[in-house]
Amino acid sequence: MAAVEVPRNEQAFLEYVQSGGQVETTDWMPDDYRAKLIKFIEMHGNSELMGVLPEREWILRAPTLQRKLALTAKVQDEVGHAQLIYRVAEDLGKPREQMLADLISGKAKFHNVFHYPTYTWGDVGVIAWLVDAAAIISQKALLKCSYAPYARIMKKICWEESFHILHGRDVILAMVTGTEEQFGLVQEALDRWWGPLMQFHGNPIPKGEDPMYLWRIKSQGNEEARQQFLDGYVPQILELGLELHDPKLRKRDDGVWEYSEPDWDELKHVVTGHGPKTQERLAFRKHFLDQEQWVRDIVLAA
Amino acid sequence: MNEWEVFRRERKGQPFEHAGSVVAPDADFAEAWAREQYGRRGESVALWLVPREAIRDVEDWADEFDLKYRRVDGYSIKARLKEARERAGTAPGDS
Repeated sequence: MAAVEVPRNEQAFLEYVQSGGQVETTDWMPDDYRAKLIKFIEMHGNSELMGVLPEREWILRAPTLQRKLALTAKVQDEVGHAQLIYRVAEDLGKPREQMLADLISGKAKFHNVFHYPTYTWGDVGVIAWLVDAAAIISQKALLKCSYAPYARIMKKICWEESFHILHGRDVILAMVTGTEEQFGLVQEALDRWWGPLMQFHGNPIPKGEDPMYLWRIKSQGNEEARQQFLDGYVPQILELGLELHDPKLRKRDDGVWEYSEPDWDELKHVVTGHGPKTQERLAFRKHFLDQEQWVRDIVLAA
Repeated sequence: MNEWEVFRRERKGQPFEHAGSVVAPDADFAEAWAREQYGRRGESVALWLVPREAIRDVEDWADEFDLKYRRVDGYSIKARLKEARERAGTAPGDS
């Protein structure tokens, strides 16, 4: 029985991944494919690692012991995801130390939503429910990634993200069924996060022009992901009596969502290191990397 | 630092499945990372750790002797079954 061979020239390889073929670490791959994979996977790992910081700030301020435990577990999960994801990128040839150095120097990016501050427990609920919901849409699309080791770890990651969404939804439900003030905190947080959430899946570049789609690293286009998010979550938001302050937001008869153009300049500005919390959070990461250097030194010397 | 491949068993009675890999300076650290990354939420009942260099990859998949009779796709019964049914007068629509 002949094993399916991954083609060893760029054009045939492209056709192979476009027709659903998957690639393993030890297979031949074009340099451009490897470079795009590393860039994409590294940014995903960075986002998991940076994404815990806004939530970490709330562990000590969680309203009940049960919430504190759930939030701690979520933070632990996300750091675990960063470890799994960095491992995949590492196997493609970029050392972890280099990825962490590039993160801290600002050379590598992380997702826009993790550059913003949190003000109240309402933000924690909105992050855990809606930011995670937006993220899981992208991550589910990665289950079909042409790079098989990445697709495989995504199974575990999606499984854990599903807990996080439930946790977030439970936080939101507790608040919207609470006092007027609690309801107000959720509405205010939603107003703060809606802009970044609409930017989250990126500009509506046609998927045929998106190199990440071309190589089948992603299995869906940006706009497709955003439509899926709107379709799944706008009804869930509105049924709680919360409001979305976008006058253009509506679902057309053909099922397509219309909305005001997200602020793409803000997205670009934020992810290139100019978000309201970017520098503070990177400095925090750097502080801990420096402080714990001795641990890595000992482990490596063991 | 060396790579260790991690295999996990989800439930008793199921086969071990490749889960991913960890890098660690020795077996004890590899075990600690694997427990943390693949067993923390009780999603595995057993883990195997294998040093990557210990894996022997079987590369030669030559099919010199046409062994397809060992596989289901080695038998094309459709056409012959049709012929047999027609002969016996039991083909669908014959009744």
